[in-house]
Amino acid sequence: MRFELTPRTTVSPVARALAPVAAFIVSFLIAGFVIWLMGRSPIAAFDVYVLQPLSDPWSLQELLVKATPLALIAIGLSYCFRASLWNIGAEGQYVMGAILGSWLALKTHGTEAGFWVLPLMLVLGIVGGALYGLVPAFLKTRFGVNEILTSLMLVYVAQLTLDYLVRGPWRDPKGFNFPQSVTFDPSATLPPILESGRVHYGVFFAVIAVLVTAVILGRTLFGYRLKLTGDAPRAARFAGFNSRATTMAVFAISGGLAGLAGISEVSGQIGQLQPSISPGYGFTAITVAFLGRLNPLGILVAALVVALTFIGGESAQILLRLPLDLTQAFQGILLLCVLAADALVSYRIRLVTRGGGK
Amino acid sequence: MTTFEAILLTIVTASTPLLIAALGELVTERSGVLNLGVEGMMAMGAACSFAAAVTFDSTLIGVMAGMMAGALMAALFALVVLGFAANQVGSGLALTIFGLGLSGLIGAPFVGARRDPVPPVDIPGLSDIPFIGRLFFEQDLFVYSSVALTILIALYLTRTRSGLTLRSIGENHTSANALGLPVLRVRFVAILFGGACAGLAGAYLALVYTRFWSPGMTAGRGWIALALVVFAAWRPGWLLIGAYIFGAATVLQLHAQAAQFGVPSQVLSAVPYLATILALLLLSLRHGRAVGAPGSLGAPFVPDR
Repeated sequence: MRFELTPRTTVSPVARALAPVAAFIVSFLIAGFVIWLMGRSPIAAFDVYVLQPLSDPWSLQELLVKATPLALIAIGLSYCFRASLWNIGAEGQYVMGAILGSWLALKTHGTEAGFWVLPLMLVLGIVGGALYGLVPAFLKTRFGVNEILTSLMLVYVAQLTLDYLVRGPWRDPKGFNFPQSVTFDPSATLPPILESGRVHYGVFFAVIAVLVTAVILGRTLFGYRLKLTGDAPRAARFAGFNSRATTMAVFAISGGLAGLAGISEVSGQIGQLQPSISPGYGFTAITVAFLGRLNPLGILVAALVVALTFIGGESAQILLRLPLDLTQAFQGILLLCVLAADALVSYRIRLVTRGGGK
Repeated sequence: MTTFEAILLTIVTASTPLLIAALGELVTERSGVLNLGVEGMMAMGAACSFAAAVTFDSTLIGVMAGMMAGALMAALFALVVLGFAANQVGSGLALTIFGLGLSGLIGAPFVGARRDPVPPVDIPGLSDIPFIGRLFFEQDLFVYSSVALTILIALYLTRTRSGLTLRSIGENHTSANALGLPVLRVRFVAILFGGACAGLAGAYLALVYTRFWSPGMTAGRGWIALALVVFAAWRPGWLLIGAYIFGAATVLQLHAQAAQFGVPSQVLSAVPYLATILALLLLSLRHGRAVGAPGSLGAPFVPDR
């Protein structure tokens, strides 16, 4: 028994758009099966994971809050993935952006620093993430070192750096020895859009990133260069496109956006540095990027959908006592299904049993 | 036993899981498939082996369960990358995310449980040699197996017909297919073998190295194993050396933390990860590009017809 793949001559746009939806449904069925194996009701889980968050205004706000970093990071990753470059260290770039941006917040803490603090923090966040993203890009272009492994290793290094800072030099001296920094001043806090609301201005950054990316990918030579570098590297070389410059550029962009996500989360959501500032946004964003088919608008939708699994996961932990790890397992299965569904779009697949032509 | 001897002994224990996982991945990659899911398969191996070992109070059953879990995860990966010709990098990452999550679900009820040490097996005669006797011939069975496995895989790849087939499929799947070699079938078996090895490495971590289970206990070892394969230029012999260098770095780093040199512990904890980057960099500096990489590594295979 084996599979037989034949490339489809025409790929219907409807199938292309429906593939992620189908992948999502299949992953839900698998997750339901796992929950049933664990002796819980899949129906109740579906209610808690999906229906309740969507019918509660507080959860809807939370949805935007969680979707913001996911969309920002995934948009950045889409640049890399389009060029077939594998930046899987967005989590580290997110942390480094948060660290560099927070440095200014802590430096100006308690002073009468003005309105310039917050914008400069955001810029520093972008710079921190971009510089950290450039490390694997530089190692790849200059020395030919595989970017997958270096970018991933740097995640651990970034997390340890943050851990050192909040337990050591940046610890709040009045914080009862808790490993956390002082709470940021109002001048260093990304304000909520609505008074007393939870949604901060980071949402706009995500939307701007989506719009700008849509223009860049669809309307500029750079966007075309990315696509060509990814799909046909030889052709891109013959066309005179410099693949080294492209590599550096996409890593800087994706690192910068991850850094912006990091500093926005810390200054708009958490309000201080602590050992853990992300439930794995940098890794989940990989799923988001593929679920959105590397398309800016698709990613925006995918970020909202995947954010739902985070919120659902949190309430399922409280209401059904289902562990948070279930969410991560679900996100992994979802990515597998999305990638498999992509293949279904471009290939016709037949299951050949014995005798069917060996 | 002197402290020095004790340190050397722990280096062997720290290196063994890296070696086992990397050997499996080496075979998979030699067949032309890049499986980035080692970390996830290892985590599943650790959780399932520990759960089974505690439930049935048997290390053997635990080890079997760990290998089965790794192989099952690998089968899932094979379905997606061979059956559907999906992107290998993305699918491997997905496997890791999935494995880390699922292992958390499986291991959660067993947090706090402990296993007894696995008794070492003396090799009569050899273990009486002063110093090296204790070091190399009074270890547990896993250590011996890992070295034996290294030799067997080296022989298999270079001295057998089947090993030659595997390598030629990894070098150029289109030519191999034209010659009538069963590309997908060989790759399927190679992926399963890689999964079983990763599962075994996870079982070793949980049952011998720590003897308890905690979430995220693999701590990037699967990724280091992947780097080791590159570092070893896809050769089993170099893998043995590489795994022991990394094991030594990990253990010395832990001892340095305990000795409190005034260096922050986080700096020392970062050593294995930085060392990985440095090793990859040095390798590239020496050879220009990654040497020895199989020609078809990472490319999906769809036969022409």
